[in-house]
Amino acid sequence: MSAQPTSEPGVGVVFPSGMLGSGFPAESVKRGIAMGAAAIAVDGGSTDSGPYYLGAGAAKTAAAAVERDLRILLAAACENRIPLIVGSCGTAGTDAGVDWVAEIAVRIAAEDRLSFRMARIYSELSVATVISAIDAGRVRGLPPCGDLSPELARSCAHIVALMGHDPIVAALEAGAGVVLAGRATDTSMVAAVALMRGMPAGPAWHAAKTVECGGQCTTNPAAGGVFVRIDSEGFTVTPLAADAACTPSSVAAHMLYENADPLRLLEPTGTLDTSAATYTALDERVVRVEGSRFEPSSRPTAKLEGARLAGYETISVVGIRDPHVLANLDTWLTYFRSVLEDRIHATLELGPQHYDVALQCYGANAVLGPLEDSAGPPREIGLLFKVRAPSQQTATAIAKIANPLLLHLPLPGMDHLPSFAFATSPAEVERGPSYEFALNHVLELEHGTDLFRVDLSEVTNA
Amino acid sequence: MPDRSLTLGELAAQVRSKNAGPFWITLDVFFKNEDDYQFVTKSGCLSNQVIARLYQVDPAAVLAFELPGILAMKISFPRSVTAGSFQDRDLHAGQQYVPLASLRLPARTNASS
Repeated sequence: MSAQPTSEPGVGVVFPSGMLGSGFPAESVKRGIAMGAAAIAVDGGSTDSGPYYLGAGAAKTAAAAVERDLRILLAAACENRIPLIVGSCGTAGTDAGVDWVAEIAVRIAAEDRLSFRMARIYSELSVATVISAIDAGRVRGLPPCGDLSPELARSCAHIVALMGHDPIVAALEAGAGVVLAGRATDTSMVAAVALMRGMPAGPAWHAAKTVECGGQCTTNPAAGGVFVRIDSEGFTVTPLAADAACTPSSVAAHMLYENADPLRLLEPTGTLDTSAATYTALDERVVRVEGSRFEPSSRPTAKLEGARLAGYETISVVGIRDPHVLANLDTWLTYFRSVLEDRIHATLELGPQHYDVALQCYGANAVLGPLEDSAGPPREIGLLFKVRAPSQQTATAIAKIANPLLLHLPLPGMDHLPSFAFATSPAEVERGPSYEFALNHVLELEHGTDLFRVDLSEVTNA
Repeated sequence: MPDRSLTLGELAAQVRSKNAGPFWITLDVFFKNEDDYQFVTKSGCLSNQVIARLYQVDPAAVLAFELPGILAMKISFPRSVTAGSFQDRDLHAGQQYVPLASLRLPARTNASS
């Protein structure tokens, strides 16, 4: 029978880690279930790792790592008859990402003789859907971006909408034991479980935000996930790892994490306001939060994410140790660019408007660029040469034209040709398609389930 | 050494940076105690103008929050280049706290800690 409910009021959720595939101790999930979990929730994605995953529709995580985590979670969910909810499947939450996680889940189920009703919630939008929403005046830009043009929408390789709790609640109410969601807000999985069981929105969304990165809200973020119990007055958060603690500071500080505004968090159905929240230590490891408020919006919205193909990249890396060149590095880099532009024009008949070159000097200012204020020449640098062009062939041709300059270009006035230190042969590495995030907009909905398609199937292994 | 001038990174418990979505960067400063928090927030040394100069952004675009309950400050502004785009140097913006942490604070003649 179910491991819940215990005598404690409220709704408990195990959140085992910050991302499916990042690993967690199997015992920690057992510990959370013993605390009386009504569901297991985990996030499968983020935009944090850049536009490639949305653009290419590929996952950041290794299939073997997702399989390892999913095997433990599916077993725990089936054994205890509680739902497992995975958000933002396949990193970017594209339809391909949902299907990729579903294939892994079905394979595990066959191997481990598990049966469950599986819901796939797709959140990818066609360009036609987005354009008709633009035409209907239902799309607005978020700062710092402006209006969305049909051309910009058409330029995207993939567009996803971020679902809130509504589509997940719909899947759970349809009896799904395993919910594999496309792009979803980090908070939507935990909020769905709490809201469908009648918990108030303030504690539900604040609890969900608190646990969305697993152990990040504890004193030992690397140790594992958390258990959260949401009730009618607030929520209580407990680390799953024995060597971690939640403190009022660690929990309150998490509202700052990866948010522009530390007190207000925009969600599809309204805004979480934590300005009146209180954080109290119940003991040395457990924190109680009350006073969280939620302001419903007049109509739900879905944030859009889109990535467009921006060209193809090729890179080379060369080491420079020559003290004279390093003492005059800016001069050398300016000279390099001008000689390179001349050679590209002479050989490929391309002007600088047809390609992009970036020169990043690791050891000097590669990370901070113009914000770097450390003085003095570096001891050595690794120069990352990046070129982006409309085709891979052109990008690599430019990198090959740059190669003799990266090897031998002297400073102006030097009486010999230096030879710099390549790390690899060949020097050029083709990086393939290069994407960039293009959308930062919201689409107004009539209902929070609009746009999102729930597909139910029975996974049966007697 | 009551009048020694520290950097923000030396004074604070933690200074960190991260993306807040692909279009924003956010900086968090956590202080060790109330005195340090009061000293920095009242000194005006982290004004929007100072942040704009350190990060070469428009001061009007800088959002700043003081959080006395947890002795923290938060500063957010739009990224000059979108995360992961061709010109980006720091995909997660996790190293962009360094200019802020390196900021030298005004001398503190009546320091109590």
